[in-house]
Amino acid sequence: MFAGFMVNAWEVATIVAVVAGVVGFFVVLRGSAFPAHAIPNGAFAGAAGANLIGLNPLVGLGAFALLAALGIGTLGRRGRRDVVTALALVLMLAIGAAFLSQSTEYEPEIFSLLFGEILGVSSAEILPVAILGLACVIAVGVLYRRLLLTSIIPEIAAARGLQPNRVELAFLIVLACATTMTVPVVGALLIFTLMIGPPAAARSFTNRPGFALIVSVAIALVTVWAAIACSFETNWPVGFYVGTYSAAGYGLGRAYAAWERRRGGQLGPDALIATLQSATS
Amino acid sequence: MIDPPVLDVSDVRIAFSGRKILDGVSFEIRKGEFTGLIGSNGVGKTTLLRIILGLQRPDSGEVRVLGAPRSSRSHSLGYVPQKVVLDADVPMRARDLVALGLDGHRFGFGRRSKHQRELVNEILHDVDAERFADSRVGNLSGGEQQRVLIAHALVSRPQVLLLDEPLANLDPKSVQEIVALLHKVSSEHGVAILLSAHEMNALLPVMDRIVYVTEGRAASGTTDEVVRSDVLSRLYGHHVDVLKLHGRVLVVAEPRPEADHLPDHPTLTVS
Amino acid sequence: MSLRRLLFEPGFFSSAPVHTAVLIGAVTAVVSAVVGVFTVVRSQSFAGHALTDIATTGGSGAVYFGVSPLAGFIGGGVAGGGMMDLIGVQRVRSRDLATGIVLGAATGLAALFLYLDATQSATTGVTQQILFGSIFTVSSSTIPIVAICSAVVLLLIGVIYRPLLLSSISPDLASVRGVGLRVVGLLFMLALAVAVGLSSIAIGSILSTALLIGPAATALRLTRSIRGAMVVACLLGIATTWLGVLLAYDSDYWDPSSQGLPVSFFIVAIAFLIYLLSGLAARRHVGRRNGDIPAKEACGLEDDTTSKAVA
Repeated sequence: MFAGFMVNAWEVATIVAVVAGVVGFFVVLRGSAFPAHAIPNGAFAGAAGANLIGLNPLVGLGAFALLAALGIGTLGRRGRRDVVTALALVLMLAIGAAFLSQSTEYEPEIFSLLFGEILGVSSAEILPVAILGLACVIAVGVLYRRLLLTSIIPEIAAARGLQPNRVELAFLIVLACATTMTVPVVGALLIFTLMIGPPAAARSFTNRPGFALIVSVAIALVTVWAAIACSFETNWPVGFYVGTYSAAGYGLGRAYAAWERRRGGQLGPDALIATLQSATS
Repeated sequence: MIDPPVLDVSDVRIAFSGRKILDGVSFEIRKGEFTGLIGSNGVGKTTLLRIILGLQRPDSGEVRVLGAPRSSRSHSLGYVPQKVVLDADVPMRARDLVALGLDGHRFGFGRRSKHQRELVNEILHDVDAERFADSRVGNLSGGEQQRVLIAHALVSRPQVLLLDEPLANLDPKSVQEIVALLHKVSSEHGVAILLSAHEMNALLPVMDRIVYVTEGRAASGTTDEVVRSDVLSRLYGHHVDVLKLHGRVLVVAEPRPEADHLPDHPTLTVS
Repeated sequence: MSLRRLLFEPGFFSSAPVHTAVLIGAVTAVVSAVVGVFTVVRSQSFAGHALTDIATTGGSGAVYFGVSPLAGFIGGGVAGGGMMDLIGVQRVRSRDLATGIVLGAATGLAALFLYLDATQSATTGVTQQILFGSIFTVSSSTIPIVAICSAVVLLLIGVIYRPLLLSSISPDLASVRGVGLRVVGLLFMLALAVAVGLSSIAIGSILSTALLIGPAATALRLTRSIRGAMVVACLLGIATTWLGVLLAYDSDYWDPSSQGLPVSFFIVAIAFLIYLLSGLAARRHVGRRNGDIPAKEACGLEDDTTSKAVA
């Protein structure tokens, strides 16, 4: 599975996992699971539309992802955010359905856009993916402290002169960028599981935000690599493994946290080290 | 030479849906003073604090901080809001939350300097939070969380500390501890404190001044000046009695729902 | 006479698919409105949408295993909903996380079913059908089943109405009065799963979410009580659906060369539009943030004649 044509898939998958781990850390912290699901789903309508007028589907994907992010960010101030997310999502899906109804053809590419495809990654795609990925990670880095403050105590953030609405909008745009660029391997529908499963699990293993971010990336990498390996062996879609392994990671994280709590311990690296020591002695 | 007031609220008015919440509230706070903002629930204390912080614009009136008009980016105000919910799932230690008080508004990832870490340690020591500094914020008790939030507000050394109902959900022992802590901090660091509460008795030992708010109006001064039958009766617009017993204060009115200031005490009938 | 000709293209009132669409659309609109009001109040919009995708997974699984699609839709929805409730906690953020995890696993399964199914039927049609659905392709034989299942859902909501109301508006108040929050939450989730599974197979997953959330959210912005919101949501849902069916039918005639736009597009667009318009109306109520209704008013628990503005 490490043959020449697979190398591309491994490289792109690694980039995707890093971005998912970094951005996903804040998705979980901010409770933004729904937008993380809605943005790529809605973006898919853009891919269908781009297909219709002969453009590269990824262009339509990116445009609609951005539109979704802006819609949710601006409308979400006035209404309930989950309502706005739901309505924006179905509006975009309905537009996508309208696009699809106009064309009599149907590209099989759409399936791989949705659920992931490891063989379809060309080496030409790696550079744009890497650049976009880097941009996302840098954006999160720049906003890091503001994101932390507005996520955890937004009331105080507002008093300090930060504008939580603006930070939210910026984050949604980064989310849109991250979900768009991960399409090549993982697929638009399942990238969001990579952004919630590993980061949620990571929280159980450390108390420090910085470490949690790193662990989140680590778990995402393991998840994606395992998914690719299994997909290669069985020929089943990558998305299937990403969805189930993310869920498994989440489950393990919860189980470990519950077990730690029952032992009366405090979660954190000390506890983890102590557990490993007692297990190996 | 008298110091200029660190906080100057003049003639603030605001109305929601045609109903006047604050109708000309004025008071001053000087350096290092401990001021209690007392009034029952729903009377507008939170609104007043939000106006002072610049989160809400009044219909008229002015707020000046250190002589300058209020701008929302002023760092001379520390703030501990009401009802902060801290999730036990959030990976953040008390120490990390306090450190964000120093630089949470900055861009970038931020490796903290030795000096910054020392500032954090100092303030954790001052609020007596060292023993749980490395615990998750969401796992702390109400009183412990309160200390952490106070440390977060104080670590940047503001001139004024605003607290919105910090004592509301605490057990009596924690109430005493927090009040004592705030008094200590106030005198050690010269921080003026404005603390809102619906019950003034816990604050009587430490309060320098009181701002008593009701029906949109406020009376401010020392406790002896304000907490008197004639002053409060004028404020309420109907007769109230102030009883002082064993160092505690009881404000008593005719039994009407709006006049019940002390929700954990039955309303006495005065005939 | 010419106005009628303008609005209703020829054959509208006599077309059998239109009759079916109008009837099924109205029934699902009513059920969605009732369940949707509670869904919005409980901040479970994500669960409501996720269940449509999960139900669709059940449907594609049923197709693969050769079982009745309806059983797959509803069974899948119920399984997913039960799972979400099991691993979710009361806090909204953790609940959305659990919803996302279950949805992710279900979507992964859907990918698998679609892939395995590719040999048996055309992947293209199935994928599209599963994602988008269509109200006009519903057969009239489905009507009795839809009606029965809808009645079951409404009955369930009616049975748990008061504890559901209380626990949705104020969980603390509910637990003080002895309401079993977990039980009520689970029962509601099951009602939601059945309602959503039903509407997904009847009108497609997009419309399912749109009719669940749209009219209910709009109604909650316009009225002050839950009961009023349910009535308004039903009316809005029916009006939206019928207008959408009409426009979709008419659109076939607008441009003879093209296909006409799918009805899902019209219904969703209308639902979205009226939600936005209601936002303008809600803005006039100064001092009420985000259209939230003060808890006690919405419950109808106390006759609060003195309106207390939020301080």
